Amino acid sequence: MGRISLEVNGRKVEKEAPDNTLLSTFLREHLQLTGTHIGCDTSQCGACVVHVDGNSLKSCTALAADVNGSKVTTIEGLETNGKMHPMQEAFKKLHGLQCGFCTPGMVMSAIDLLQKNKKPSDVEIRDWLEGNICRCTGYQNIVAAVKEAATKM
Amino acid sequence: MKDFNYHSAKDSKEASKLASSSSAFLAGGMTTIPSMKLGLATYKDLIDIKNIKKLSGIKVSGKSVTIGAATKHVEVSNSKDVKKAIPSLSSLAEGIGDPQVRNRGTIGGSIANNDPSADYPSACIALNAIIHTNERKIEANKFFKGMFETALKKGELIEAIEFQIPEKSSYQKHPNPASRYAIVGVYVAKHKGDVNVAVTGAKSCVYNDKEMSKALSGNFSSSSIDGMDLDSSEMNSDMHASADFRASLVVTQAKKAVDAC
Amino acid sequence: MASLVGSRVERKEDKRFLTGKGRYTADINLANQTYAIFVRSPHARASIKKLNIDKALKSSGVVSILTGKEIADDKIGGLIAGWAIRSEDGTEMKCPGNPPLAKDNVNFVGDPVAVVIAESLVEAKEAAEKVEVDYKVLKAVTSTADAMNGDTIHEGIDKNLCFDWLLGDRQKVKDAFDKADKVISIDIINNRLIPNAMEPRACVADYNAASEEITLYTTSQNPHLSRLIMSAFGNVAPEHKLRVVAPDVGGGFGSKINVYNEDIVCSWAAKKINRAIKWVAERSESFLTDIHGRDHVTHAELAVTKDGKFLGFKNETIANLGAYARVFGTVTPTYLFGPCATGVYEIPAAYTNVKAVYTNTAPVDAYRGAGRPEATYTIERLVEKASMELGIDKTELRIKNFPTAFPFKQTLVHTVDSGDYVAGMEKAKQMADYKGFEARRKESEAKGKLRGIGVTSYFEACGIAPSAAVMSLGCGVGLWESAEVRFNPTGQVTVYTGSHSHGQSHQTTFAQIAADELGVPIENIDIVHGDTDKGTFGMGTYGSRSLAVGGIAIVNACKKIVEKGKRVTAKMLEANPEDVEFKDGEFIVSKSNKKKTIGEVAFACYLPGVRDEMKSPLPEGDEPGLKETSFYDPSNFSFPAGTHIAEVEIDPETGHVKLEKYTACDDFGRIINPMVVEGQVHGGLAQGIGQALYENAEYDETGQLMTGSYMDYTMPRADNFPEFNIGYTCTHATTNPLGVKGCGEAGAIAAPPTVMNAVIDALGGQEVTMPATAEKVWKACKNLKKSNAKAA
Ligand SMILES: Cc1cc2nc3c(=O)[nH]c(=O)nc-3n(C[C@H](O)[C@H](O)[C@H](O)COP(=O)(O)OP(=O)(O)OC[C@H]3O[C@@H](n4cnc5c(N)ncnc54)[C@H](O)[C@@H]3O)c2cc1C
Ligand code: FES
Ligand code: FES
Repeated sequence: MGRISLEVNGRKVEKEAPDNTLLSTFLREHLQLTGTHIGCDTSQCGACVVHVDGNSLKSCTALAADVNGSKVTTIEGLETNGKMHPMQEAFKKLHGLQCGFCTPGMVMSAIDLLQKNKKPSDVEIRDWLEGNICRCTGYQNIVAAVKEAATKM
Repeated sequence: MKDFNYHSAKDSKEASKLASSSSAFLAGGMTTIPSMKLGLATYKDLIDIKNIKKLSGIKVSGKSVTIGAATKHVEVSNSKDVKKAIPSLSSLAEGIGDPQVRNRGTIGGSIANNDPSADYPSACIALNAIIHTNERKIEANKFFKGMFETALKKGELIEAIEFQIPEKSSYQKHPNPASRYAIVGVYVAKHKGDVNVAVTGAKSCVYNDKEMSKALSGNFSSSSIDGMDLDSSEMNSDMHASADFRASLVVTQAKKAVDAC
Repeated sequence: MASLVGSRVERKEDKRFLTGKGRYTADINLANQTYAIFVRSPHARASIKKLNIDKALKSSGVVSILTGKEIADDKIGGLIAGWAIRSEDGTEMKCPGNPPLAKDNVNFVGDPVAVVIAESLVEAKEAAEKVEVDYKVLKAVTSTADAMNGDTIHEGIDKNLCFDWLLGDRQKVKDAFDKADKVISIDIINNRLIPNAMEPRACVADYNAASEEITLYTTSQNPHLSRLIMSAFGNVAPEHKLRVVAPDVGGGFGSKINVYNEDIVCSWAAKKINRAIKWVAERSESFLTDIHGRDHVTHAELAVTKDGKFLGFKNETIANLGAYARVFGTVTPTYLFGPCATGVYEIPAAYTNVKAVYTNTAPVDAYRGAGRPEATYTIERLVEKASMELGIDKTELRIKNFPTAFPFKQTLVHTVDSGDYVAGMEKAKQMADYKGFEARRKESEAKGKLRGIGVTSYFEACGIAPSAAVMSLGCGVGLWESAEVRFNPTGQVTVYTGSHSHGQSHQTTFAQIAADELGVPIENIDIVHGDTDKGTFGMGTYGSRSLAVGGIAIVNACKKIVEKGKRVTAKMLEANPEDVEFKDGEFIVSKSNKKKTIGEVAFACYLPGVRDEMKSPLPEGDEPGLKETSFYDPSNFSFPAGTHIAEVEIDPETGHVKLEKYTACDDFGRIINPMVVEGQVHGGLAQGIGQALYENAEYDETGQLMTGSYMDYTMPRADNFPEFNIGYTCTHATTNPLGVKGCGEAGAIAAPPTVMNAVIDALGGQEVTMPATAEKVWKACKNLKKSNAKAA
């Protein structure tokens, strides 16, 4: 057991949790932030991607203890004053999602890409999304949405 | 995942003091956590070494590039210094896993784990690396002992990896379509005296292909290894690639690497 | 008011998915819930000698452990096949029992034998490890081709044969082949796939002891059907005491049609322990226990004249059912496969024979396209081979055998109401720059690469429905669909549909349809689905049927609303009902300026009176309220069609296949929302290309799944695809009032043969099985080099 203190989506949280608590479990079960999804058990699907101190990581493959003291942003924390983030808007406008299950991780990963590369090419977007599996969209509209967001961010 | 105690070590000393026969160091966790989740590994203690300052960072001298063990793949791939001194090393790092894996995974963890299809071990062999631990210095070709096996002793901590800067080098990977690890990866490095052709993925452990090294040391051109028929008897064979296919890929990737140098 | 049907309306469902507010089954937590872990067989085939739970029961936090014995004692029924198939010799198919928890025998790795229920997930897992099962391991049967020669898996089912089915006329085919100039023959493996919806299966079951009602939240594509099966066959609870809710569902592709063991066990156990139970599959469990798809071994022949006219076709297929026959397990390789076997061609004589076999592998059932991808793959590989052997251009050969008039009565079953296959082909060729291929091939050659082009013309029978037709063929239920359109007194509309969306955008496209029909702004329309307590019974979503069947039910219910509105308006405005017209949300008395909005009419229907006067707006015989229901049973399937063209470039040294270009030109009839349709096509293509180049479920000879995680099962990623080039031709379906045909499966049906035809074209006609992995292609390249050297 240890004390986990994080700033999640701008809110300070402090909770006791067993040492083996994954960040994804902490978010979903302890904080009821169920927007972060679990799609695999081998760290490959990316449904669980969140930002920790500004960088994207797979929350299913990080211990809560291990990111103690960090700033965490999840899909629930992207809106400002009820307005969606340009990446969220672009996904909506260009139909970058169908069932929505991969979407939170996809959006978080894509935002990280644009933080690092303001105008990525199609190839760069597709390469970056290697760690995010989507079974519904065939990725084409996701790529289009990321490009659209790049013009708005 | 079975419960364990999490420790965050301040320095190497504390880390090795905490180590026991049922502990593991936790660097990026990109191997340790998935294996624990799947029940393939269990530990009583996990000793986080990410916060040990000394283990992170990249230093370049005239002859070598030294990378701290807890340096992340993304730091190596983005480092201007590495790009300048050994561009193939930064592009190798850029080809490991996906961005989220590269944001966490470390060079020390990769080498300590010595997965037979991991990328970094080939760089260590090709670039005549010296592995600095908290106890000693180990030459790369004495470090990788076998499948998931290294020369590290219990509690011994890798602190840094020192790579020799080659004249020319290139790493070429034929990825497994599913996991994207190497089915075969070949790291060719031309040093002053000789050429190393380090191969990962093909056998149970990374190795330097003597036959190709010799041919290329004589004449550094892909034509000197073209059509070479490698012995496939010790090569891995699985549903993704037979031993014969791997043997052929080793030559093909080596040729590509030489051409890219 | 501009029509919404046909426009790119942004999706109503997106905001909740994009802000993390979706509610998937795994997100649901109930007060005082327990956690279930299933103890599963590690063996593909074994008998259970002893099962000991004593140690596990003592493990901390354990609430209950239930096994096959309790299930049997409580007379809980097993899982069933929904479609009865008769063999050629007239005998009925043979199905083994499939209890939700195995009691005596296990038949595939992952077959559950017990459930451990505990206070926490960790405790449930720990206790599950302590359940001791003593198995007598038996020799497993895993190969599709050899299954009939293996040990008998299920007592009394000889040769492991479920049925030996024939569609068509063997004698006629023989006569046709006797007249042929040439017979093209082919041996094909349609590789086994794992659907892999990104949301793993899950369920949460709750029991209310006061109302004696079970509520099951589950990842289902058809909650109504699930309830029916669980009640009528599973004996879990009477239908009125069982509520099944499928909340947001993260993809299905067929894998969530079935009622699964866990649904039945958790519902039954929740009542037994009088507490809620939550179960969420880990991905490795999904790999083992979700239904798999395809898995056919086929020998097919095409009889042709020397100038390329098709005369006859035969198809001998062995279809792997896996360990048990499940809901669509038996219909997929028969009525969803056989009738489409002759493709888009006029072939005067044809038959399809299917032997369905049991093996010690996960059950095989409907996966996106179900039967039609297998059929299309067979005929389109044959036609491509014919074009090579006859030396006739692949597009010309196809056009030569297209039907010239519609309706097109096919040899085997279907009468295709509408289409224009030549137009589709011509447009696809133009989009793909078919003419420019030779130049591109030369460019590749100059780089030391091999380039190939592949074509597929397909049609599919979808919108699975006419009840009388499907029930006559053995279907256990009628495949109509229902809708209920309910006005609120203040004018907003709730539409209940029996269909289900797990990515298909019903909330938007169905609202577009209702908005147009009723003249109500789309913001004021809500689509409700996925809850047996909300709306009437429904059949669910599969077989591209949501729109072509479910959508029409909505149209019809809306039309009834309008009819009533006309009567009410007439009464209110003292006009003749026949003189009232409805347009853009207004009821107008013709040749007058008198009118009522649909909102006013709705209000009047719910508040039928006025102060100080005895006056009702309701005509005699009409009841208050404004709500109408429709059960729509179409008169025929619908038949989307199209032509796809792919180009690949192969590196002969590594065997790597790069998909360079992919063109799809489809005819889906009327398109409701082009944006949504594009998305469906992209997704289908990704899965179809996945089958051709990447995906493969593989068992070893002991029945262990070798591809049980994303480390070994290749899921297509973004960097595996070029940008797809998509276009349409449009002929309206004549069999439904919207003219729609269905678009959900086209990509998965057409892409495998299109890509494989291109690969095999690049390889000079050498056969390669799917998926065309680097090693297989590398070997073929070596052979090609050898044979080219010999020829030179
Ligand atoms: C989805 C995915 C894809 C991947 N793809 C690739 C790929 O393409 N190529 C590739 O090479 N790798 C790949 N990896 C592995 C990745 O590179 C890992 O980061 C690496 O193998 C382990 O590094 P880590 O820092 O995460 O180590 P950890 O998981 O933290 O530790 C791994 C092992 O090393 C030990 N260890 C860690 N640091 C030290 C140290 N300083 N001294 C001594 N022992 C130490 C630990 O005790 C543990 O036993 C992938 C991983 C994932 C999850
Ligand atoms: S849940 Fe799949 S990568 Fe984290
Ligand atoms: S939208 Fe369904 S998995 Fe991506």
